[in-house]
Amino acid sequence: MRRAPLPEGTLDAMDRALLNGLQEGLPVTRRPFARIAADLGMTECDVIDRVARLREIGAITRFGPFYDAEAMGGAFCLCAMEVPAGQFEAVVTLVNAVPEVAHNYERAHRLNMWFVLACETPDGIAAAAERIERETVLTVLCFPKEKEFFIGFRVMA
Amino acid sequence: MSIDATDRRIIAATAGGLPLAPEPFTAVAEWLGLDEGEVRRRLVAMQASGVIRRIAVAPNHYALGMTANGMSVWDVDDATVDDLGPRVGALDFVSHCYRRPRARPGWPYNLFAMLHGASREEVEAKRRVVSDLLGPACRSHDILYSTRILKKTGLRLTGGA
Repeated sequence: MRRAPLPEGTLDAMDRALLNGLQEGLPVTRRPFARIAADLGMTECDVIDRVARLREIGAITRFGPFYDAEAMGGAFCLCAMEVPAGQFEAVVTLVNAVPEVAHNYERAHRLNMWFVLACETPDGIAAAAERIERETVLTVLCFPKEKEFFIGFRVMA
Repeated sequence: MSIDATDRRIIAATAGGLPLAPEPFTAVAEWLGLDEGEVRRRLVAMQASGVIRRIAVAPNHYALGMTANGMSVWDVDDATVDDLGPRVGALDFVSHCYRRPRARPGWPYNLFAMLHGASREEVEAKRRVVSDLLGPACRSHDILYSTRILKKTGLRLTGGA
């Protein structure tokens, strides 16, 4: 994924209008782009071409349904560890080798390793955390989501 | 919020996104040998039940200039955290906002909010906005900046497709 800002002038006003509008959602109609095109005073073909280009240049990462993985029966948990500096790389190797580890970030904090466990069942979370504790001989702190207040992100383009 | 085997096939077929075609749902239906109307009905039902959060574009916030982010964490009074959490989540620079358990000693924080901005300074300014919003209900807070992505895989589809 592109992690640098696009050069100035890459997006024109129509691109920005599309980016802003399509973050709100796509109508689930037979020809959804025709509806969006009508709203923005564009042609259906132009909308599709522009979205394809926006994806190509990395202005958008994905276009489609966003599934709530938990609603589909998965279990997830944010976890953190305090890893001594001298062991960090060895622990990265051990933790990343665990298939349930979906994301793993180094963060500037006493708790310097933060990862997300993704499993088929809640029992799997505890088992994966225990496995990581056993293999690293470090404590894994689990921060399960107790309540979701907001998830989603709008960026005004 | 139950989904059946056909829903799971639609989920698997669209996990990578929708085709950019005049009739994207017709294309999905053709891949799966389903009727176009049925695909749309099922997507609408999954949206209504919360299995689908939305059908939309995911902006690359880095490409659009939001290159800095930090995981802000807050120790908020248990009596008010559930009232304040949605207000923090509603701020336009917050992408995720959750209540999580504390891990004492050492980790008194129960509210997590991912903050985004064009620079580290902007993220710090937004942290002050959150701090002002929480007011005296917040006893202490911190922010954790990522220094390296160690692993990033797509979340796997789970549960007997």
